[in-house]
Amino acid sequence: MTENKQEFWRWSEYNWRDENKDWREGNIVTAGIDVGSVSSQAVICVDGELYAFNNVRTGSNSPDSARRALEGALKDTGMTRDDINFVVGTGYGRVNVPFADKAVTEIACHARGANFMAGNEVRTILDMGGQDCKAIHCDEKGKVTNFKMNDKCAAGTGRGMEVLADLLEVPVTEIGEMSFQVDEEPPPVSSTCVVFAKSESMALLKDGWPKSKVLAAYCAAMAQRVASLLESVGMQEKFFITGGIAKNRGVVERIEKILGVKAIQTKFDSQIAGALGAALFAKTLYEKRQAKGVA
Amino acid sequence: MKANYGYTDGSGDYYITIETEGCLKCTEHDCVDACPQDVFAIIEDDYDDLVAAVVEEHRRSLAYVCSECKPASDPPPLPCVEACPQNAISHSW
Repeated sequence: MTENKQEFWRWSEYNWRDENKDWREGNIVTAGIDVGSVSSQAVICVDGELYAFNNVRTGSNSPDSARRALEGALKDTGMTRDDINFVVGTGYGRVNVPFADKAVTEIACHARGANFMAGNEVRTILDMGGQDCKAIHCDEKGKVTNFKMNDKCAAGTGRGMEVLADLLEVPVTEIGEMSFQVDEEPPPVSSTCVVFAKSESMALLKDGWPKSKVLAAYCAAMAQRVASLLESVGMQEKFFITGGIAKNRGVVERIEKILGVKAIQTKFDSQIAGALGAALFAKTLYEKRQAKGVA
Repeated sequence: MKANYGYTDGSGDYYITIETEGCLKCTEHDCVDACPQDVFAIIEDDYDDLVAAVVEEHRRSLAYVCSECKPASDPPPLPCVEACPQNAISHSW
């Protein structure tokens, strides 16, 4: 008999498109595909403006994840892959996007995407991805001037949060809110490693800590971890957070408290920053090719 | 651009920093040959510039890969740092 176990780490896939825009009226259609370790996004831009996107979980096969992400973005638009002038692949699976015209690192794409989403005053970007964390400085054009990443350890990443969601049986999307349901802020869990932090959290539960208190301690540890990465490159205002964890209030507000800086809030989905940056790179590259008479 | 390649783990910070503005003024790229472990390569970065970078395969194991050039006592100058005429390479540990 199979047990029907709820997966608390699982978040819903979704797509979006600008229904007020007709892509056929545009001149240049570009796409960015960000194949990350946990999620994949496809963004379609028309003349450098956001038109549609899709966010899916990355499967075991990067090319399939890229295809699935783009198919979802194209859904109900009447657009096909052939209508797209240039595609840029990014993320850890960037070289496995079969229909990409070029691959660009996610560091450069996140900086470009953040510049679009939060404005050209952004200088420091924190990308909290599925399995890595990056601190990036950029100039007013969104060009990277300094970066540092840590992808050796899952502490301070989305996957680490998913592990805890499953352990505590709390939907991953509710962790942030729940972590504030404490009378006073507990000390952070001492372990930075996800595996040890999980063991430590189990011990705290055994000691009678409520879930909200364990979550507060875990979010605080995660915030400390990424804040030290940011401090090592230096904080320059203005500050913006990209990636899935940017949606977790429990981590974001604790990072802001440690650093004494408020992150810029925007109407855009923080998780699409990399793919959006890739789509914007695609436009620039397409225009360069056109100017050379290659496209 | 200041490119920091490496990682932090339980034992410390292991980053090699390359100031790529220096690479733009360099035509020799001696860092590539100077490293006995082939840690460096010249790549075309995202902005179409030819710059030095730490190769992908070594980025998560620098503490071990670079240990040959970092004996515990009387460490000599690092060959990669010495080879760079622009003083663009530094190690965090």
